[in-house]
Amino acid sequence: MQNIKIQASNVHVYYGDNHAIKDVSVDIQDNTVTSFIGPSGCGKSTFLRCLNRMNDTIDICRVEGNIDLDGENIYDRRVDPVQLRAKVGMVFQKPNPFPKSIYDNVAYGPRIHGTAAGRAELDEIVEKSLRKAAIWDEVKDRLNAAGTGLSGGQQQRLCIARAIATSPEVLLMDEPCSALDPIATAQVEELIHELRESFSVVIVTHSMQQAARVSQKTAFFHLGNVIEFGDTTQIFNNPKNKKTQDYITGRIG
Amino acid sequence: MGEHIVSAFDDDLVSIQAKISEMGGLVEEGLKMALQAVNDRDPEMAEKVVELDRKIDDLDIEIEQMATTVIALRQPMALDLRVLLSALKISTTLERIGDLNKNIARRASHLASAKKVKLTRSIVAMGEATLKQLTQILDAHSERDSDLAVEIWNDDIQIDEMYNTIFRELVTYMSGDPRMIGLGSQLLFIAKNLERIGDHTTHISEMIYYIVNGEYLGDDRPKGEPLGLDLFMDD
Ligand SMILES: Nc1ncnc2c1ncn2[C@@H]1O[C@H](COP(=O)(O)OP(=O)(O)O)[C@@H](O)[C@H]1O
Ligand SMILES: [Mg+2]
Repeated sequence: MQNIKIQASNVHVYYGDNHAIKDVSVDIQDNTVTSFIGPSGCGKSTFLRCLNRMNDTIDICRVEGNIDLDGENIYDRRVDPVQLRAKVGMVFQKPNPFPKSIYDNVAYGPRIHGTAAGRAELDEIVEKSLRKAAIWDEVKDRLNAAGTGLSGGQQQRLCIARAIATSPEVLLMDEPCSALDPIATAQVEELIHELRESFSVVIVTHSMQQAARVSQKTAFFHLGNVIEFGDTTQIFNNPKNKKTQDYITGRIG
Repeated sequence: MGEHIVSAFDDDLVSIQAKISEMGGLVEEGLKMALQAVNDRDPEMAEKVVELDRKIDDLDIEIEQMATTVIALRQPMALDLRVLLSALKISTTLERIGDLNKNIARRASHLASAKKVKLTRSIVAMGEATLKQLTQILDAHSERDSDLAVEIWNDDIQIDEMYNTIFRELVTYMSGDPRMIGLGSQLLFIAKNLERIGDHTTHISEMIYYIVNGEYLGDDRPKGEPLGLDLFMDD
């Protein structure tokens, strides 16, 4: 049994009158890949964004309940959301490299957080992050080329390198492969597998097969509720809830 | 269970289920004919069982191809995956029962020239019990009746016991009259094959249980350990 990294209890999220997340409690374990599955609009992204307070940027969004990272409430007034997001990094659906060089994309986080003492240390962080994101060999000879000039799959791995350059403890990924071809998808999946050694990973995915392949824990969301949460093998082989069964087997509920 | 959003998936599953029922029907028929061949010592009937088995083999391949295609195209999960994996295993098991039927029937040709013994009756009775189990398990499969499957699984001990009784009697006959050895060993093979069919029936029980419950039935079924010759060596 792994340590609990993030403990979310009785979380509610509202967008104005829209009650988007209803009393969700989920534990995210360390060195574990947790996947969120469920039909579109059921609140997966909303809940994921709660985990690093990305929802703070949406005016009409209100979050209630408790979310602890290593036992500390991340919504506490004393917590700086920018620092929090360095610890809980995020990778989005569409690869979104900055219109800068490959090097600068990765160096961006360490620079704003002042984590590197000098150029040499920054170089080291950039190389380490690119290696961890399994893209170093493909870009090491053109670190000054624009990040936007890479292929879709490479861009996504660059974004992962950017996210891990701040040495996060948790990596949130919102449908990171949905814009990628099957080969690039396989590379990112392989990467997720390796990232698990160093981080706790939470991934939202539309592909049930992907969730089954990459994650050890799975939560099934439906209309803002978590219907079932458990070991991925159990959820996909023998779900306890009929709604889960209907969804993963592609049945009309 | 509700219907799939992709209705062709439902059609595929229904066709596979129908093929298994068809195959089960033929295997049942084959066992009936094999028992009749033994009872009547009828080599022609035996030949029909051999012919029937070719059809059973073809169906096994057909089911395997259908299930493989569906797995590749639909990437089934949970219940659907269990149904398809079990379809593969059940059709393999039925195919093996078909082989055992054939084996039983072939012995009938050897019996044709031998003299009548009352033991043939006990073996036919054992065959009828085995056939009943097989018929019931095929019903349990088409009804997805896990309780009935478990009942049949537990009942297999009766077939094991019938086998042990026949074994004991045959060995007694054969040791009393060496001229009985030829006939006796043929009958012994038949009884052994029936006992194997009973075991395969319990494998189908286990598959049905797995489909319905998503868990394994386990291996602590009441079993009658088949007797060995050493039983007669002690005294
Ligand atoms: N920025 C937003 N402003 C208002 N409502 C939103 C916003 N984002 C999501 N929602 C609403 O919240 C609900 C959950 O959406 P979302 O979390 O995107 O679901 P999912 O990721 O599972 O598809 C939906 O009803 C959606 O319309
Ligand atoms: Mg989403």
